[in-house]
Amino acid sequence: MGLQKSEIMLVVAAAAIGLLSFVIPDWLAFTTTLAIASAMVVLGVVMLMRAGLVSFGQGLYYCIGGYAVGMGGRFLGVTDALLLIGMGVVATVALAMLLGLLLTRYREIFFAMLTLAFSMILYGVLVKSHNLGSTDGFGVGNWTLLWFDPEGGKGSKTVLWLATAVGLAVALFLNRYFGSAIGLACEAIRENEVRVEYMGMSRRQILYINYIIAAAIGSIGGSLTSLAAGHVDPTMAYWTISGEFIFIALLGGTGHVAAAFIAAMIFIMVRTYAVELFPNSWQMILGIVLLLIILFLPKGIWSLFTRKRRVAS
Amino acid sequence: MLTVWAILIDGLIYASWLFLVAAGLTVIYGVMRILNMAHGSLYALGAYAAASAIGWYYNGGGDQLWIALAMIAACAIAIGALAGLIMERGVLRLMYGRDEVLMVIVTFAMLLILEDVMKIIWGTTPYFAYQPYAAMGRFNIGVLTVSGYQLMVVGISIAVGLALWFWLERTKIGKILRSIIHDREVSEAMGVNVKRMFTITFMIGAVLGAIAGGVTAPIISVVPGVGVEVIVVAFAVVVTGGLGSITGAAVGALIVGLARAVSIHTMPELELFIVYAVMAAVLIFRPHGLFGQAVARKI
Amino acid sequence: MTEILKTEGLSRYFGAVVAAEDINVTITEGEIVGVIGSNGAGKTTFINMVTGYLPPSAGTIAFDGSSIKGLGPRKLMRKGLSRSFQIPQLFLDLSVLDNLSMALSASESRHLEMLRPVRTPERIAAADEILTQMGITQYRDEMVTAMPQGARKLLDIAIAMLANPRMLLLDEPTSGVSTDEKHTLMDTVMEVVKRRGLTVLFVEHDMEIVQKYVTRVMAFASGIVIKDGPVEEVLADEKVQELVTGKRRGSRGKNTETHEGGA
Repeated sequence: MGLQKSEIMLVVAAAAIGLLSFVIPDWLAFTTTLAIASAMVVLGVVMLMRAGLVSFGQGLYYCIGGYAVGMGGRFLGVTDALLLIGMGVVATVALAMLLGLLLTRYREIFFAMLTLAFSMILYGVLVKSHNLGSTDGFGVGNWTLLWFDPEGGKGSKTVLWLATAVGLAVALFLNRYFGSAIGLACEAIRENEVRVEYMGMSRRQILYINYIIAAAIGSIGGSLTSLAAGHVDPTMAYWTISGEFIFIALLGGTGHVAAAFIAAMIFIMVRTYAVELFPNSWQMILGIVLLLIILFLPKGIWSLFTRKRRVAS
Repeated sequence: MLTVWAILIDGLIYASWLFLVAAGLTVIYGVMRILNMAHGSLYALGAYAAASAIGWYYNGGGDQLWIALAMIAACAIAIGALAGLIMERGVLRLMYGRDEVLMVIVTFAMLLILEDVMKIIWGTTPYFAYQPYAAMGRFNIGVLTVSGYQLMVVGISIAVGLALWFWLERTKIGKILRSIIHDREVSEAMGVNVKRMFTITFMIGAVLGAIAGGVTAPIISVVPGVGVEVIVVAFAVVVTGGLGSITGAAVGALIVGLARAVSIHTMPELELFIVYAVMAAVLIFRPHGLFGQAVARKI
Repeated sequence: MTEILKTEGLSRYFGAVVAAEDINVTITEGEIVGVIGSNGAGKTTFINMVTGYLPPSAGTIAFDGSSIKGLGPRKLMRKGLSRSFQIPQLFLDLSVLDNLSMALSASESRHLEMLRPVRTPERIAAADEILTQMGITQYRDEMVTAMPQGARKLLDIAIAMLANPRMLLLDEPTSGVSTDEKHTLMDTVMEVVKRRGLTVLFVEHDMEIVQKYVTRVMAFASGIVIKDGPVEEVLADEKVQELVTGKRRGSRGKNTETHEGGA
């Protein structure tokens, strides 16, 4: 099972980031890390979109991943980054297994709004919990990666390497996943549920597994973000954040895994400037662009680069 | 025992407010199969418009309560109708026939746009329009006191509910709408001008949302974001009751209102959680809500 | 010969509407049965109940001796009951080969298997085999959207066959297909049916097709079976002619109703 062409490109890109990390300024390293972390969550949204579902609540798992890092360090004294990420994933998978039971019974609108609701519930709970700093959140303690201490605790280079490595692993996994039986089954479900059942597949089971994996990678994204930013707060679960992830997913399209990373990078860079220049119209611009994308580029910007031809690998 | 009464009264007051908010949302979904996330923005628009009007009126020396109330109604209706018309004709028209969830994203985009439009027009400092609320005093029910304004809201909510019922059941337009709710394709085949009905429906839903906001303005501080928080609760009501059903919205409002009242009096931090837990419980037994219809798949 | 399908008192009501009532039918293995009736007569309701799409309001259904009432399509498929659809239910965005590979993967896989790629050498071989049998090999790597309706119907039926069913239910296999192609289509399908020894039940409006390919006919009208027996006997029956095929002067009961609307 050799690597496909596009997978080789991903590895090359990751290596390039690794090399460049030594020469780029800190702010760019930080932005790239954020982009990769966001792309994780966006890929979760994409996984669900391929199955015909839109989640307005991936922020839920994004937030859990972030808070797991924060709380692991603060309350349990854990400092290893990988361990912290792992804790987030475990908590997320546990919750996703529970919520998934309810959510996979529903399609379309119900699914969309229920996911919104769950993430807003977490937001509400966090805002009211004083131990966790309510609306201010709290800072993430110093962390280590395996055996070494990155640049005094919150090194931007180390977290970039970590993000790149994790991002690459997830990207490769998903690339295989999309071409696998379950990946295609998700698309089949989106297209024609009736046929799927008559073929002998359980729509619910497939969607359930898909949902849990999407949640897990969302959590990883949240963990990476908090490691890089050094801070967590309840807005990670607020609906607007989930909305941004959906925006990026639509921007990138569902064609290829790499699209999410590129779209996330573009989005974050644009947002950094726009929020400075137009604080009271940034959301409006986002909304207008979103409408334009839906009207003119239903398959995202990726469709500008490739003629989409879906072939199972 | 006192707490039980307090819960019941609080629950009822909250339920009536919930119904006002949810009614527009469910009507639009029932007829157009669009879940309008921007409904929260319409609510906020109504609140801002009312707050501005009241502020202008009272600061200009006015002091007649009934004029203030009339202004709330007028402003809310005007802005709701206008915004609804622009949204439906300007944006939604272009997107009809698309996937249901894509429509939700479209309404989400409109929500983003409207949130900033409101920030641009009204700024970010809170608006207060407490005068009508204060002017209506407080009443005693047994040992509890309730504000007159909130009792009025209950009355308005009941009136709106009856008006909606009457309109849907007894008028010609209402019958047409019900036929569209039942089966859009068949209605079209029978000659119904579905496009025009959609515009009318959306405007009505928008007006209802704006009225809910306008009526609420005197009770809250109107700030950016009020619309979004409302949508989350409104959704719970509409889903519990069954998407598209007005009766469902009423019953859902009662259930959610009571659940929230219970939570507030016992475990305030879990308010939203309890509301959604109740909704989830209902969905387990009735997956489409209490009065919702399953949409049949056609092979 | 074994009894493969047996229904007793099978009925379905939608409120006050009687879609099907008191259907009692026994089908033995190897039979080719035609189901006829005008629109709304209850044929599709009957098929939908037998294939798990609609739960019956009353009565029993037994497949191969055990009750299948209330079972969903997935379980039925595993028991050996498959169906095709009047409007082909296919994955338009995937190629023909992928549609078939998916069907194979679905019918055989357990959970962890699903993380593996869909196209395996075994599946490709099996897909190629059925493509040849159905005569649509030329579309192997094409998207379904590039196929004409007749080919799509064959693909739809091919997918149903991949599950290695013992009994196949075809819902209007020739609807939406041009008149000259109908016979070629049915010839192909029946060839495979014979080779695999399948029992077949199919709904059909074209009486010529019915006469040519079946041995037994069930005639539906107003939700009940008005006649069930050998082809010639049923088609010659007065009531059947009145309610289903239409009174015909002339010897052949040919009735090409305007039901090409399957597309």
